[in-house]
Amino acid sequence: MSNGVMGRIYEDGEILVRQGEVGDCMFVIQEGEVEIVLEKDGHQTVLNRVGAGELIGEMAIFLHEVRSATVRASGRARALTIDKKNFLRRINEDPSVAFRIVETMSRRIRGLSDQVGELRNQLREAGRTEA
Amino acid sequence: MRADSGETLQASDGAGLRLEDGNRVGVVGAGPAGSFFAYFLLEMADRVGLDLRVEIVESRDFLQPSPQGCNMCGGIVSESLVQNLAAEGINLPATVIQRGIDSYHLHMDVGSVRIETPLHEMRIGAVHRGSGPRDVQLHDWESFDHHLLQKAIGKGARVVRERADGLEIEAGRPVLKLRGGGREHYDLLAVAVGVNSPIVQAFEAAGIGYTTPAVTRTFIREYHLGRDLISRTIGSSMHVFLLTIPRLEFAAVIPKGDYVTVCLLGEDIDNELVKAFLDAPEVRRCFPPDWQPDLKSCQCMPHINVRGPDRPYSDRILFVGDCGVTRLYKDGIGAAYRTAKAAARTAVFEGISADAFHRCYGPVCGTIAADNVMGRLAFVFTRVVRHMRVARKAILRMTVAEQRRPGESRRMSGILWDMFSGSAPYKDIFLRMLQPACVAGFAWAFARSLWPAAAASGDRRETLS
Repeated sequence: MSNGVMGRIYEDGEILVRQGEVGDCMFVIQEGEVEIVLEKDGHQTVLNRVGAGELIGEMAIFLHEVRSATVRASGRARALTIDKKNFLRRINEDPSVAFRIVETMSRRIRGLSDQVGELRNQLREAGRTEA
Repeated sequence: MRADSGETLQASDGAGLRLEDGNRVGVVGAGPAGSFFAYFLLEMADRVGLDLRVEIVESRDFLQPSPQGCNMCGGIVSESLVQNLAAEGINLPATVIQRGIDSYHLHMDVGSVRIETPLHEMRIGAVHRGSGPRDVQLHDWESFDHHLLQKAIGKGARVVRERADGLEIEAGRPVLKLRGGGREHYDLLAVAVGVNSPIVQAFEAAGIGYTTPAVTRTFIREYHLGRDLISRTIGSSMHVFLLTIPRLEFAAVIPKGDYVTVCLLGEDIDNELVKAFLDAPEVRRCFPPDWQPDLKSCQCMPHINVRGPDRPYSDRILFVGDCGVTRLYKDGIGAAYRTAKAAARTAVFEGISADAFHRCYGPVCGTIAADNVMGRLAFVFTRVVRHMRVARKAILRMTVAEQRRPGESRRMSGILWDMFSGSAPYKDIFLRMLQPACVAGFAWAFARSLWPAAAASGDRRETLS
C-alpha cells in the first residue's frame, strides 16, 4: 500500500474552522467525519455531520463574513484545504467549477427546509399538547 | 479554421455545428487529457440531457509495468490541480498518490534550504503515470492514468483497444484510421496524444492546419530504494537542484512509494550530462551513502512540448493536452485538465465548429501560451542565478531567513515554491519577483553576500535542512 495521502490529519475534537473567525479557504473531507457545531450563549449545538467527499466552509469563498459555525473532527479525520484565491481564479477561468458548490448548497437548503418543516410540526404538536 | 483542402472540411459558420443526441465522439489517447476530456464531456452532456457515445482509442494498458503502460512524465500533481480536482469531486486516493509532498529542498553549490508548504499540509502528489518501472515486483498501487481512465469509463466512455494510424476527412467529418484496418467515423474527434507519439505527425499530414508542437528533450530515471529508506533519506520532499553543470537547466528528485524519480531538463541531454549530475556532491548527499547511480530500474528520454500550435482546433477536431497547448516545463497534467475541460465545455455548450473552438477554447489555450512567455522570463532569471554565485548566495540567505521566521511574509520562499511546484501562473510569479519589497529584500541579501565577512559567516550558517 502506498503511503501517499493528501491533506492534513485532524485528531478527534481538533478544530478545522472556528466560529467567528475570518475564513479564506474551504475544505474537502478526504477521510473520516467532521461535525458542524453552532456555539451560542455558551451552548454548543451539533447542526450536521459530514463525511468523505463532502465540501465544508464554502461560504467563506463567496462571503466577506466570519465563519458561521465551528467545524471539528469527530474521530480521526483527514481534510484537504482549498485556497480561496486559487479557487476564485479557477472559477474566473471556468465558472462550471462552482457547479459542485451550487449542488452542495442546494442540497443543504433542501435539508434545512425539511428541518424547518419538521420543527414547525413539532412546535404545533407541542402547542396542541399544552392546550 | 479554414483548412487548405477546403473541399474536405466543412466551412465554419459559427453556429452550424453542434453535438446532437446519438453523436459519436472519438478521443485519441487515454492519458490525463483524453480521460479528463471524456469525463467532463459526458458529465456536462448528462447535465443538459445530451446523449453521446464516447470512445477512447488507446492501445496501451496502464496496468502493465515499464514503458508499455507509461506516459513518460515526472509524475507530479501540482498543489493547484489537487485542489481543483477535489473541488470537482475527483479525490485522488492513497493507492494513486505514491507520496504526498510536504516540502521542497533547494540544493545549490552554496548550500541547501528546505521550503515548507505554506499550510504544512500534503497538497502535492507524486504519482506513477503507468504501473511503475520495469522491475516493479510488488504491485499494490494504482496508476494515475488508469485511475482517471476508470473515472471516464464510470461516466460512460468506452475504450477501444486499438492504435490510431491516421486521419482523413469525409463529408466534413473526421475518420480515424486504425492500425488494425478499421475506419471509425466520428462527429467530433479530440486528439489527446503525447508529443512522443508518432501519430502526431499523421495529424499534421492530414491537411487540417495542425502543426506539431516545438519540443525539447528531457531525461527521466527511476531508482528502487524501498519505502523505508526513502522515508529516512529523501523523505516527503521534492529535491530541486540549481547547479552550475553546463547545459543543465533544472533537475529534480521525486520520492514515490518504493521508487525515486530523477528528472533533468537541459540542452542536448546526453549520458555525460546525466553522469555529471548524478556525481555532483549536492545530489549524492540526498541519497544513501551506498547508492549506486548505475543501478537504475527504468529510464527514458521523452520530448516535452515547449510551444504548441497556434490553432489547436478545426471543424469537429481539437487537440488537447501535450499535443495542443500546455504549460512550459511544469504542471503539464494541470494544463491537460484545463484544456480538456475547456474543450469539453465548448463542445457541449458552444458547438464543435472551428469558430466555436476559436471563441471559447482558444482563449484558454491563449492564456496558457501567454503565461509561458512570462515563464520563459522567469527561467531566464534562474539561468542568471545559476551563473552568479553571489546571486545564489543571496537567494539562499533570503530564503533561509524567511524559513526561520514563521508567520512573517515569505516572499522569496513563495516565489521558489510556486516556481518549483507549478502552483501559480508564471505571470504571478514574475510580478512578485518585481515587487519593491522583494527586490529590496533581494538587494539587501545580495549586498550582504558581497561583503566578505558576512558572506563567510553566511557560508557557515545558512544551510537549513
